[in-house]
Amino acid sequence: MSLFSLVLVNLGRNKLRTALTALSVVVALFLFCSLRGVLDTLDAAIKVGSEARLVTRNAISLIFPLPPAYRERLAAQPGVKTVSWGNWFGGRDPVDPGDFYAQFAVDAATYFPIYASDIDLILADRPQGPGMVPAGVDPKLAAFFEDRTGCVVGEKLFRRKGWRLGQTVTVSGTIFPGTWPFVIRAVYRAKDPAFGEEALLFHWKYLEEKGMGGSGLVGWYVLELADPAAAGRVSRAVDALYENSAAATRTETERAFQAGFVSMYGNVPFLIGLIGFAVVFAILLVAANTMMMAARERTGEHAVLKTLGFDDRTLFLLVLAEGALLTFGAGLAGSLLAKLVLEGSGFNAGGLLPPMTVSWGTVAAGIAIAVFMGAVSGLFPAVRAARLQIVEALRKVD
Amino acid sequence: MALPISYNLRNLRQRPLSTLATALGVALVVAVLIGALALAAGFQAALVETGSPANAMVLRVGADGEISSSVTRDAAAILRALPDVAAGPDGRPLLSQDMVVLTNLDRRGQPGSSNVTVRGIDPAGLTLRPDVRIVEGRMFTAGTDEVIVGHRLPRRFADTELGDRLRFNQREFTVVGHFEAGGSAFESEIWGDNAVLMPALDRETFQSVTFRMRDPARLAQLERQLEADPRLGVQVQSERAFYAAQSQLLATVIRLAGILVTLVMAVGAIFGAMNTMFAAVDARTREIGVLLTLGFSPGAVMLSFVIESVLLALAGGALGCLLALPVNGITTGTTNWSSFSELAFSFRVTPAALVAGMVFAAAMGLVGGLLPARRAARQPLAASLRAK
Repeated sequence: MSLFSLVLVNLGRNKLRTALTALSVVVALFLFCSLRGVLDTLDAAIKVGSEARLVTRNAISLIFPLPPAYRERLAAQPGVKTVSWGNWFGGRDPVDPGDFYAQFAVDAATYFPIYASDIDLILADRPQGPGMVPAGVDPKLAAFFEDRTGCVVGEKLFRRKGWRLGQTVTVSGTIFPGTWPFVIRAVYRAKDPAFGEEALLFHWKYLEEKGMGGSGLVGWYVLELADPAAAGRVSRAVDALYENSAAATRTETERAFQAGFVSMYGNVPFLIGLIGFAVVFAILLVAANTMMMAARERTGEHAVLKTLGFDDRTLFLLVLAEGALLTFGAGLAGSLLAKLVLEGSGFNAGGLLPPMTVSWGTVAAGIAIAVFMGAVSGLFPAVRAARLQIVEALRKVD
Repeated sequence: MALPISYNLRNLRQRPLSTLATALGVALVVAVLIGALALAAGFQAALVETGSPANAMVLRVGADGEISSSVTRDAAAILRALPDVAAGPDGRPLLSQDMVVLTNLDRRGQPGSSNVTVRGIDPAGLTLRPDVRIVEGRMFTAGTDEVIVGHRLPRRFADTELGDRLRFNQREFTVVGHFEAGGSAFESEIWGDNAVLMPALDRETFQSVTFRMRDPARLAQLERQLEADPRLGVQVQSERAFYAAQSQLLATVIRLAGILVTLVMAVGAIFGAMNTMFAAVDARTREIGVLLTLGFSPGAVMLSFVIESVLLALAGGALGCLLALPVNGITTGTTNWSSFSELAFSFRVTPAALVAGMVFAAAMGLVGGLLPARRAARQPLAASLRAK
């Protein structure tokens, strides 16, 4: 009988106990990997967004708009290929105000060409008229361009709300008061996770006319660069241009802009990490306790094995391997379960974050921790088994 | 007849190491639960304690926070003339027209930035909020480029120490004081004179108007009266109710996430407790046989083992409470998405959280002990007496 099968037989001796220990380790690793997964997701969120695009916003904060006149001067900056712009609408579903999703007013004729590589239009309404679209715009958007109140929505939002193409959805404005009807003219799927699939995009012109009385204030500008390498130079040049104007700007790459939102979580990521370690430590104690109990009960058996000629080293490894194998299997199951469940859930905090991910690094770390847990728990009984005096142990009567 | 509890206590002492390990496992679960509840409680307390129930707060109708609100000067003037507004010692109405904006500040000592609320107030704004107290430096002088900063900000954000300068558009403002405000959300804000801040920030309307009510009992009538006034277009609530509503979303998220994590964690700990109790039952097979022979009913034996398990878990729960206590008062912060700005607050370990932790521990002991106890009670008598 090989050493490995001996380990297996030992694990099968008290099936209930082995199962309970394994399950507690599965649960611990599931939780650990899920919590680390949240951190992975936040980590991923600072790496999304293009570095070939710049975002220019008001230097004070995002809630301050920029004048419409900046448009031409930004477009004239050397290195800038195209300029688009958008505004945060911040409306609520009047039926279910708690069910939040993002709405953006965008300058459609420039916005969709810039983001053409990030999204696929999977559904589109048929145009009533000749179906003309501005240059560089996907012809599928023809119906959207015909309709002043048209909107394009993300696939996830579309499915979650059970909407149909051509349906009118109503949003009540918080920043721009009133009731805003939008007609769904197309549905997009995000190719780049940064884009998110829970947004509603509509014509900026509509917002300007109905909500701003034609003042044309812009939430932020998006600058598409001819050469991504010039990002630093262009952003410095733009900010210098407006440094002494009424509305100073802050320009950064789209990636840095997105990362700014993650920084807003403050201490939350640290706390999540802390809880992850508390979980692992708690279950480590429980598992170690069980393994020690198991080893203590078998003192006599270990003495018999030694009598049969097993040396100290082999016995040490035998006991250690038992713990490690158990926790390895359980750790593997728990970590993979976390990856499956979290990534399967598709949760993305209402579009504020990219979809949940549990990186393979986290899975590997989880398994490593599990094996380490098993080894540490097995260490004490293993040393005890190795040092066992045969005569002592066999003489002992329970 | 029931078995005495001292029997269980002696049994637990018999296996100190395994008792301790199981109790520690339970303790950590309970500590995490209490920590999460303390976080939610601290966050909620910071907002609930913001504002006074004697103050009424007026925002534009439909606005879900101050930054999306806008109250015109005309509307503010109408409110100012209301007979319901209490008068201050100087005879002037106790009413503050607040400008509320966000500024993006860099974090101190680490990369990244976050939004901080800037509030421009009327002179009466300080009388309205008597909790506000300067702890360092001095109060800003009305009409000058001076601001005071909530005392929780300097540790978290750059440019907020005394003498530092904050730039809004073309004007620079000097930080002249740090203030505290009874642990409320105001402690995460920057305050200055609205007459100076509004032109500097290019604001023409106020975001909210807050006033002391002559008779707070009239709030409901006032609400109906003002909300029906077509010249105003506003919504009215008590200042306290407004801030409490601002805490609802995030406090619920924190509490739910905390409970979810602890529940999953508890499942793991229950398996551990079961293991310990099964081992205890196995080790005492013969003893149990003797108890049954002596005439203790299987029900009494089962109850005794459940009690033992609950005692074990309660010991762990108590330890967990002790472990969680030191987090009380630790300051942390995150963005309150309802106001889109950072809110610093302290963990608050409430008696209710400690009780919840103990109840949770007892429940873990109960669930973990039931199956092993059942096995103990159902032992065939003859076989158990023959066991080693």
